[in-house]
Amino acid sequence: MTAADVVIVLLGVVAVGSGVLVVATRQLVHAALWLVVSFGALAGSYLVLTAEFVAWVQVLIYVGAVVVLLLFGIMLTRAPIGRSEDLDSGNRIVALVVAVATAAVLVTTLVRGFRSAYVPIKDRVGSGSSHTLGGSLFQTWVLPFEALSVLLLAALIGAIVLSRTDIRGAGPEPEEEDPAPRRRPAAPRGVVARRLGTAKRRTGPDDEDTIVLSRVDEEI
Amino acid sequence: MHLVYPVVIAALLFAVGVYGVLARRNAILVLMSVELMLNAVNLNLVVFDMRWADRLHGGQMLTLFVIVLAAAEVGIGLALVLLIYRNRRTVDIDRLRTLAEGDPDPDSDVGSMTDDEGVRR
Repeated sequence: MTAADVVIVLLGVVAVGSGVLVVATRQLVHAALWLVVSFGALAGSYLVLTAEFVAWVQVLIYVGAVVVLLLFGIMLTRAPIGRSEDLDSGNRIVALVVAVATAAVLVTTLVRGFRSAYVPIKDRVGSGSSHTLGGSLFQTWVLPFEALSVLLLAALIGAIVLSRTDIRGAGPEPEEEDPAPRRRPAAPRGVVARRLGTAKRRTGPDDEDTIVLSRVDEEI
Repeated sequence: MHLVYPVVIAALLFAVGVYGVLARRNAILVLMSVELMLNAVNLNLVVFDMRWADRLHGGQMLTLFVIVLAAAEVGIGLALVLLIYRNRRTVDIDRLRTLAEGDPDPDSDVGSMTDDEGVRR
């Protein structure tokens, strides 16, 4: 084992270990924070693999943007911040079996295929710098690059359309038209509460009431 | 450098992501596991770019493209999750069974209960 091997094994242990914590932890926010550790270790292993530019892009986009976006998602869906017991679904055993089988197949195949593959890392130093990558990005790969910019634009517009409520389409807009008809029969609150059963469920319609009232206020 | 170490790390990370996608109930945690799987693929791409010393740097370019795609994916995915949360008050994917075949299991299901009411009137 060379020094680079030792470093990449250590970084890989950190990455896989924090990845396991991401899928095993009981606290939602901790999962996002362990994801930061995992992505950081992966960025370190990109550095060892002479891909400097990819490593910094990884830090900027994954650690900087994606994890922040996921944290925003956690907070906007009002997920429980503390420890919650029901994060795992009922088919956990099946999932574990499938994952172990996947790992076994992949690891067996890869170890058999690449047991003796060796790359002298000194020859590759500098092959992933931003100079060389920028050159090949804007010479060879400029067409996929432009296509990707169109895709990013489409994703941007899609996210905006999905998250805005005041865009009315040609057809009936589901999140705009739904609350009003659901309310129109005006079942007395007792009936609704009886139908909903528990007292915990009763918070749902109340919230919707306030939402609809505020919307009526806006229209007035 | 021996190639077997980073390649095995990528395989293990992918398996961890598979477990997360299958076992988690919260939709945002599923998105996180998808990110783990994409990162495993990225690690493979970087390793084999270094292995073949590609003159066009196809592996690292594809890694950059996959990172951009992952950013777009997580943006759209979170918009969908927030939309579902706004309509159904839950992001628990075990309870969002409107598109499931068979019995919709109306007892423990917030989503299908509102649907039932919608159908009833």
